[in-house]
Amino acid sequence: MRIFVLVKHAPLLESTLRVSADGRGVDPVCLTYDINEWDRYAVEEAVRLKEKYGGEVIAVSVGVNCDATLRKCLAMGVDGAIKVPVEVGFDACQVAEAIVDVLRGEMFDMVLSGFMSQDANNALVGGLVATMLGIPFATAVTRLSVEKGEVLAVRELEGGYSEEVLLPLPCLVSVQSGINEPRYVSIMGIKAARSKELRERVVALREPAVVVERIYFPPTRKAEILGGAPSEVASKLVKLMKVKGVI
Amino acid sequence: MRVFAVVERVSEGINPVSFELLNLANMIKMGGTSEAVVVGGADRPLLDSISRSADKVWVLKGGQLEEYNPETYADVLVQFFKRETPDVVLLGSTSQGCELAPLLAVQLNCPVVTDVVGVTVAQEGLVVSRYIYQGKLMADLRVKRLPCVLTVRQGVFKEGARTNGELKELSLAPSKPPRRRTVRVVAPETGEVDISKSDVIVAVGRGAVSSIQLAKELANVLGGAVAGSRPVIDSGLLPKDRQVGISGKTVKPKLYLALGISGAFQHVVGMKDSELIIAVNKDPQAPIFAVAHYGVVGDVQEILPSLLSKVVEEKRK
Ligand SMILES: Cc1cc2nc3c(=O)[nH]c(=O)nc-3n(C[C@H](O)[C@H](O)[C@H](O)COP(=O)(O)OP(=O)(O)OC[C@H]3O[C@@H](n4cnc5c(N)ncnc54)[C@H](O)[C@@H]3O)c2cc1C
Repeated sequence: MRIFVLVKHAPLLESTLRVSADGRGVDPVCLTYDINEWDRYAVEEAVRLKEKYGGEVIAVSVGVNCDATLRKCLAMGVDGAIKVPVEVGFDACQVAEAIVDVLRGEMFDMVLSGFMSQDANNALVGGLVATMLGIPFATAVTRLSVEKGEVLAVRELEGGYSEEVLLPLPCLVSVQSGINEPRYVSIMGIKAARSKELRERVVALREPAVVVERIYFPPTRKAEILGGAPSEVASKLVKLMKVKGVI
Repeated sequence: MRVFAVVERVSEGINPVSFELLNLANMIKMGGTSEAVVVGGADRPLLDSISRSADKVWVLKGGQLEEYNPETYADVLVQFFKRETPDVVLLGSTSQGCELAPLLAVQLNCPVVTDVVGVTVAQEGLVVSRYIYQGKLMADLRVKRLPCVLTVRQGVFKEGARTNGELKELSLAPSKPPRRRTVRVVAPETGEVDISKSDVIVAVGRGAVSSIQLAKELANVLGGAVAGSRPVIDSGLLPKDRQVGISGKTVKPKLYLALGISGAFQHVVGMKDSELIIAVNKDPQAPIFAVAHYGVVGDVQEILPSLLSKVVEEKRK
């Protein structure tokens, strides 16, 4: 099987966030980046499919600074990596088009993506890429197998429900967290993967139809914050619990 | 403006988010129309209830439309929207809406934004608001051209004007059979404890996994149950039926103690109506503090042992 997996080099949410001076972005100084959480599951799943059915996995990432994430994918067992060195904004269609430009000339059986990115939270790129390529897709997939040339995917629905769907190949699957346990990559592993190929593919971007006007902190901070040393805080919490009648 | 809301049928009738879409449609139509689209039809009482929130209700009927399939639904919706020329198409930010949105946006060649919580009509296009960074920040986005497709977060547009819309039926069949097929829908597994019945929930997030044993003990002493956010369930530390949130359970205990939980919307949906919410998180920017009644900015590993011993002491009295 030839599988493409889409990955984003995304800011970690543990960072203390600051709005940038122009009010339209997040101050990059306060951010640290890594592979997007959902994409880590997608890469792991792609590598497992390759280990089971043979073939090749290629990671694709859009962004000027995504080398570290692509190297991590290579260390996780991906065979090749394609970097699309363009700066994209918030418009998910623009990102999807850049990826589709890369995939159009390629043969593949499957495309895997993460369900969403931890920064933009659009949950769109997978579905857009599939629709632009004209292949069927399933989102929020928590279990995946390939049988007789078809993909059996378990899609998560609301409230603990799920549905099983069958998709012919080629297709796209957007992967939900928890589908697997992504393997650990050591610094040594990343170093060892240096010999693997990281190609660049330049594409022309279309004008974005969705642009950021303003970024800001959400207006509400409802909670009353209880301060003090741990034991003081604990006493205050116990008092609250007593008032509520749970102690 | 012609604002269309795609109604989501579920086994119990209609997903409540569909009415919220119509409320939003009525807010932004600006002298235009709010129009509901029901794919596959519905029974008369349901259609009547929809028509009370819409200027028009379109019922698209045809073969292969009884059961939801993203491809057949998008197929007839695209046919319909090519005829009826919307300015805005609204979908719920649900598992169905998430699939239909990209299908419609690409096939109608229009911009798409998901999980919208605010919409204002601008001189050119729209300005929509949504959370980013899992609820830590917000963004106002300009959608530069119409028509556009928006998925809308549930629970935001609850109030709306009443109208009395006319019903229109249309026969539309998918132009080709779907490639994706649904095999079956699987109901959630049930374990020995039903957290939705518990008065006290001690919930463990990714920031409290190393304290999970203490959290269990605290839940025990308080006569409650331990639950978790998704990453904790994903990593197998607690069973699936202990997950609180959109893809887990909805709970409404007297006390919800959120330990090391960031407060992503998908989690908050499942616990926001708890009577007393107390959150412990070391990040003062964590969105959980926007839903909690009381917050402690601190390390769970330092606070939980003190809390447990104080509660034990109190119980002994
Ligand atoms: C379609 C979909 C469905 C989803 N369904 C659900 C669902 O049903 N339920 C759910 O929970 N999530 C769900 N999610 C995932 C959700 O988006 C979040 O990823 C998840 O809720 C985050 O869990 P968390 O807050 O435990 O972890 P994180 O986001 O990693 O947050 C950990 C928090 O712990 C804090 N912390 C770290 N260390 C400490 C410490 N020592 N002391 C105190 N605080 C500390 C950090 O500051 C941070 O705020 C869903 C996502 C999608 C896309």
